[in-house]
Amino acid sequence: MSWTDKRIENWVGYMLRTGVLLAAAIVLIGGAMYMVKNHSSRPDYSQFHGETVQLMTMHGIVHGVGTGDPLSIIMLGLLVLIATPVARVGMCVAGFLFEGDRLYVAVSSVVLVILLYSLFFHK
Amino acid sequence: MDASWFSLILLVTSLAAGLLGALSGLGGGVVIVPVLTIVFHVDIHYAIGASLVSVIATSSGAAAAYVREGFSNIRVGMFLEIATTLGALVGAWLTTQVPTHAIGFIFGLVLLYSAYVSLKAKHEEITTKPDKMALRLRLEGTLPLGDGREQPYVAQRVPAGFGLMWLAGVLSGLLGIGSGAVKVIAMDQAMRLPFKVSTTTSNFMIGVTAAASAGLYLKSGYLMPALVMPVMLGVLAGSLIGSRLLVRAHVRTLKVVFSLLIIVMGIEMIVNSLLRK
Repeated sequence: MSWTDKRIENWVGYMLRTGVLLAAAIVLIGGAMYMVKNHSSRPDYSQFHGETVQLMTMHGIVHGVGTGDPLSIIMLGLLVLIATPVARVGMCVAGFLFEGDRLYVAVSSVVLVILLYSLFFHK
Repeated sequence: MDASWFSLILLVTSLAAGLLGALSGLGGGVVIVPVLTIVFHVDIHYAIGASLVSVIATSSGAAAAYVREGFSNIRVGMFLEIATTLGALVGAWLTTQVPTHAIGFIFGLVLLYSAYVSLKAKHEEITTKPDKMALRLRLEGTLPLGDGREQPYVAQRVPAGFGLMWLAGVLSGLLGIGSGAVKVIAMDQAMRLPFKVSTTTSNFMIGVTAAASAGLYLKSGYLMPALVMPVMLGVLAGSLIGSRLLVRAHVRTLKVVFSLLIIVMGIEMIVNSLLRK
C-alpha cells in the first residue's frame, strides 16, 4: 500500500460519509413532511403493484420535488444515496489516474461503466 | 393505525434490526427483509427495495471508520466489484422474472447459510505465496498488526474468488441484501486474504454492488418512499450505533442468540414460500 492509495481511501471515505449524511437529511425532511401531512390509514404493502409512474423516473421525481411533494423529496434523497457509491468509483478512477496506475484506471472505469449502464439503460 | 404511527413503528423496528445486524456482523439487510415480510406482511418486492437502500446507506456510512483502521484494500475491492456489479445486473433482472415465492425460498436459504457462517469458528492462514495472476493484478497488500509491524499478504485463487463474487452480486441483486457472508467467503476462504481485510473490503464493495441493482429497482417500482424512509433511517442509525458498541461489547453470546433467531426466520420464510405454492 503506497501513500497515495491511503490518500484515495481517505477522500473516498470522507465523500461517502458526506453523501450518506446528505441523503439521510433529505429523506428526513421529506419524511417529516410526509408524517405531518399524512394522517390517512396505514398504507397496505401486502400486494405488489409497483409504484406510481411519477416516482419511478428521475424526471418525475425532480418535477415532484418542485411541487413540494413529500414522497418526491424522499425519492430525491434516495437518488443522492444511490449516486454516492457511483461517485466513489468515479473518484477512484481519478485517484488511480493521479497515481499513474493505468491498470486500475481501466479496472475502475469498467466498474463505472457497468454502474452507469445499470442506472440509465438496464431493462 | 394511521400512516405516521406506522412509520414510527417501522423506524424503531429498523433501528433494532440495524443494531443487531451490526453487532452480529450479518448486516441490516438480511434482518430487515424477513421482519418486514413476516411481521408487517410487506410484499417481498417492497421489502427488498427498502433493504437495498438501507444496505447502500450502512455501507457508505461505515466506510469512513473502516478507512481509518487501514485494513481495507482498494485494489482488491475495485477488481472484485467488476464481478459483483455484473452479478447484480443479473440478480436484479431475475427479481423481475421469478415468482415471489421463489425469492422467499432463496432468501430463507441465504438466511440459514448466513447464520452458519456467523457461528462457524474462524481460522486464518495468511499467505505470501506469489500467485502469478494476483501479482499481475496487484492484489496484494500489508496488514497492520497494531504494534507498528506489518504483515504482507498476496491473494490466491483469483478466478475462484471472482466467480464467488459474481454469485454474491447475483444474490445481492436478487434479494436486496449486501451478501456480506458470501463476499467474506470469497475473499477469506477462496482468496486467502486476512479476515480483517476481507470484512472491511467487503463493506466497501457492498454499496457499489447494491447501487448496480438500484436503477432497475427504481424503474420496476420496488422503492416505495413512505416505506423506505423509516427503514433506511432506522437501519442506518442502528448500524452506526451498533458499530460503536461493537468495540466494547462482548458479542459472542449475542451472536449465538441472534443467529438462532435468523435460523427461525429462515425456516419460516422457506415454509411460507412452500405453502403458498
